[in-house]
Amino acid sequence: MKARVGQEVIDNFGWLRAHRFLLLRRFSQASILGLFLLGPWFDVWIIRGNLSSSELLDTVPLTEPWMLLQSLVSGYWPEATLLLGAALVIAFYWVLGGRSYCAWVCPMNVVTDSAHWLRRQLKVRSQINPPSSIRWGVFAGALIATAWVQGLVWEMINPVSLLHRGLLFGMGAGWLLIAAVFLFDLFVVEKGWCAHLCPMGVCYGLVGKTSPLKVIASNREACNQCMDCYVVCPEPHILKGPLREAKQGSSPLVSPQDCTRCLRCMDVCSQNVFDITASLSGSARTKSGEQ
Amino acid sequence: MADKRSHTISRRQFLHNTAKGACIAGVTVAAMGLVAKPSGAAAPQMLRPPGAIPEADFLDACVRCGLCVEACPYDTLKLARLFDAAPMGTPYFEARTIPCEMCDDIPCQQACPSGAISPDLASIDDARMGLAVLIDQETCLNWQGLRCDVCYRVCPLIDEAITLEAQRNIRTGHHAMFIPTVHSDVCTGCGKCEQACVLEVSAIKVLSREVAKGELGSHYRWGWKEKEKAGHSLLEQDVLDLPDRRPEGG
Repeated sequence: MKARVGQEVIDNFGWLRAHRFLLLRRFSQASILGLFLLGPWFDVWIIRGNLSSSELLDTVPLTEPWMLLQSLVSGYWPEATLLLGAALVIAFYWVLGGRSYCAWVCPMNVVTDSAHWLRRQLKVRSQINPPSSIRWGVFAGALIATAWVQGLVWEMINPVSLLHRGLLFGMGAGWLLIAAVFLFDLFVVEKGWCAHLCPMGVCYGLVGKTSPLKVIASNREACNQCMDCYVVCPEPHILKGPLREAKQGSSPLVSPQDCTRCLRCMDVCSQNVFDITASLSGSARTKSGEQ
Repeated sequence: MADKRSHTISRRQFLHNTAKGACIAGVTVAAMGLVAKPSGAAAPQMLRPPGAIPEADFLDACVRCGLCVEACPYDTLKLARLFDAAPMGTPYFEARTIPCEMCDDIPCQQACPSGAISPDLASIDDARMGLAVLIDQETCLNWQGLRCDVCYRVCPLIDEAITLEAQRNIRTGHHAMFIPTVHSDVCTGCGKCEQACVLEVSAIKVLSREVAKGELGSHYRWGWKEKEKAGHSLLEQDVLDLPDRRPEGG
């Protein structure tokens, strides 16, 4: 067993190169939270509200699509501001593709990444390994419940919106729920929240599914099967096709629906297998010219 | 043959996956049903911002963004936290802590992106955030014949939303009591009265209108109002003649 994920990259190109996207991601998460905190803490109002819905520079409305979807399903038709805000956010994440929100913006990502890191350090093994597709059941169930009972019922327990709102407006007992998710990810199900339960991830997956930006295993002939990308990938099942099934003629494109665009695979790969490509068609060529 | 087999498997797998998905959806719905609260179950003293649409719709419409909270210049509005009586993330205020100052430009309304705080509210005087109720006559100083009058004095709609109604003071026999009287057709529920009440615990409280207001049966008519409307009694003389009730054996 290797000492450390991405050791070869660290040895050859330095620690920074092996963590560039991780650092960028943490910077992105911190600066977005920081922008929101500037208002309440320092009275500098670049952005108001929270991730559920906000107003940028007192003009541009931004709305979380999952929030809008819940409101619509509950039978409420909102004001145009909210619809416009959701359209802008959807357009933004469609361009970035995949579930970029999950990796680059979501405040919960830090919590679940920490749980996963600690899980690896403690070598926790659990018996419960549900397929990640159960999130579709949760997604459907949450929407059915919203249509059925009074109010946006998922928001009564949604730890994602709770965490961001809590950091800005006061957390109260909300830490309990965040701690519960952390412990669930640490001891019960590996990547339990983000990769199995969260319906917001499903929602963003649908938004980013047809994005022109894609992660591609363009240099997959060079893969030396070190498996580091599988270890760091939050959704490892998406790597199997592009990497292992090249001979069966599978596309080198990484499925954009589950990919969080965290780009950790690019960080840890010593053979530079992965790249980002822009194309509107579903097919793409690898370096050797195969399609 | 191989084709057929792979078809069979995929169909079975499809049914299997669908059933599993339905189960998980069912579990989620049940779990959500447990955390859901029946409408109007929020504490009666957690008041919504001015212009908030009816509670049942409000819970569908509010996106828990806090823009109204940040727009409020008096820090009146708060967002409910986990385990608070109001559903998590929704804005509310408590009159005794910080009441609504009834800004003319209604900044919380302007900030709301969803319409949970209705843009139709044109004047803050038309807001119906709750209804002040002089709930404890046993401690209200005015009810004891004293001239506290504080709730009446601080009311932004003095002499409209709260009036002082003179009553005979039976205790002394020769004084008047000036009873603070709230008029539900004018009171906005801003909560200034509750905040200002000089008692340790306020005798006048702003409650949600659902809790505070009674409602007449739709068939009910006030006889004297009908009489006034018609200009004469609606009962024709001699039509109604009930037997006189006399003492037993009388």
